[in-house]
Amino acid sequence: MISGNEALGEAAVQAGCKGYFGYPITPQNELTAYMSRRMLEENRVFVQAESELAAINMVLGAAASGVRTMTTSSSPGISLMQEAISYMAGDELPCIIANIARGGPGLGNIAGSQSDYFQSVKGGGHGDYNLIVIAPATVQEMFDFTFTAFDLADKYRTPVIILADGYLGQMMEPTEIKKKEIINIKKNWALTGAKGRKSNKINSMYLGEGALERHNQKLQEKFKKIKKELCLVEEILTRDAEIILVAYGTASRICKSVVRKLREKNIKAGLIRPITLWPFPEQTVKKAASNAKFILAVEMSAGQMVEDVRLAVESKSPVYFYGRTGGGIPEEEKIIEIIKSKL
Amino acid sequence: MGKKIGLPKSMKDVITHYCPGCGHGVIHRLVAEIIDELGIREMTIGIAPVGCAVLAYDYLDIDMAEAPHGRTPAVATGIKRVQPEKIVFTYQGDGDLAAIGTGEIVHTASRGENITTIFVNNAVYGMTGGQMAPTTLLKQQTATTPFGREAKYAGFPIKVPEMLKSLEGAVYLARETVISPKNIIKLKKYIRKAFDTQINKQGFSLVEVLSPCPINLRLSPIQSYDWVAKNMVPYYPLGEIKNGTK
Repeated sequence: MISGNEALGEAAVQAGCKGYFGYPITPQNELTAYMSRRMLEENRVFVQAESELAAINMVLGAAASGVRTMTTSSSPGISLMQEAISYMAGDELPCIIANIARGGPGLGNIAGSQSDYFQSVKGGGHGDYNLIVIAPATVQEMFDFTFTAFDLADKYRTPVIILADGYLGQMMEPTEIKKKEIINIKKNWALTGAKGRKSNKINSMYLGEGALERHNQKLQEKFKKIKKELCLVEEILTRDAEIILVAYGTASRICKSVVRKLREKNIKAGLIRPITLWPFPEQTVKKAASNAKFILAVEMSAGQMVEDVRLAVESKSPVYFYGRTGGGIPEEEKIIEIIKSKL
Repeated sequence: MGKKIGLPKSMKDVITHYCPGCGHGVIHRLVAEIIDELGIREMTIGIAPVGCAVLAYDYLDIDMAEAPHGRTPAVATGIKRVQPEKIVFTYQGDGDLAAIGTGEIVHTASRGENITTIFVNNAVYGMTGGQMAPTTLLKQQTATTPFGREAKYAGFPIKVPEMLKSLEGAVYLARETVISPKNIIKLKKYIRKAFDTQINKQGFSLVEVLSPCPINLRLSPIQSYDWVAKNMVPYYPLGEIKNGTK
């Protein structure tokens, strides 16, 4: 048994994370504490920064050095990091940012929440960019997807967000800590000293006439390529489903149980669980929508992912929403009641 | 433009965007000369700030990164921690270092990060058009202190090395200016000592450079040099403020 926070940290160590930079914030403190021990045991870098601003910029420096690096935080801390995340998207620097999200807005509370979907998926910082966003739903996935996240960051030279929440971070589940192969990608662009080559620079500023637009076009091409190549999604009993639930992370665990209960009552329900929130599994949702009576998006937010569901469905079937905020957890009975009322 | 004689190897053969009389050109050159003299070009990584010197990465022919405004020492920390054998320096202005990035410079010094900071104090925000900087002198007129800086509304100018002096991790702190050849020779000596501090793994080093900004002072280059001598030097004393090197 291991907590989600610790599973994520252990996976980062095993995936070859050379520099971890963090700042205390609940509900991800076990993670920073875990890394403060494990990174030193492995003779790697751990720094408790003076702020989230400093932590993410240390990540920027380590990423510019060409090593695997990460930070972890929770919602208000992630808000503080947005400037540097935008820089890193522009710089094309690979790194991992794990958000063990909590309720907002503002200081909110310390319970798990999914109200940072917009921030993660729609940009968060300034400028035209996307981040790969991966949403685990179990402690096992907190472990497994951390490897995936590092590989994707290196492959596409881009920051990757692991979007979990306080419940996933703190819950304990039996987890298989299995060794995985690490994919090493040569980083000729890294700042390692201009030895036997031209000097390298890492920057996001382009002042010349048309230069920034050309840089943006290059970035957009990359985002297009990612959208084409990457989509992780889990489908449960969707093939014959008349009612499609869409939920990710913690909310999807509840929806899984709802699908099972409805099936026992001969109601043909199914679940689509997006794993990559960006790119969003548009085609999966679109396809399911064409045969469904209706779609119900369930979130621990006031309704954020549901906007992407609607975009994917293209009005082919009604889309309803049920959500809880401020640390509230959607109840099975309530979801079943809503579904029955729409039948 | 004529041919530049004896350009340091660590400088690119390009024309800079700096205004006539600006101190950045001299300071860039000193840093480049020292990197050459120490033979560390191939193991040195610089971090440019936000401000006038943001394009330093287009002038210095070494590996360089750009940092968000004020976060320069945090980026340097990340680079140095994962590559402790490399030489890492930040090049920062007064807005970057002493206003928006105060937290970063204090804690980087406090941790004793083994990096070097070149801190260029020209008493204004140059890039954005001459607004008040944390180092703007009392009574000095700027775009945002049209009646002169008054402590009552805008506080007092910050003496950075003096502020950092009490921190155990800050090992070498000095201040000089570029307003005369004599001063430049001394400045070079201090910058060299700062890099030596890092090479000898002693801890954090910083050299503040009092530098003229003729454009924003609304003065000719020569008048701006006199202005630095008459107004900045008395408030910001020159010399080694702390030398804790062993």
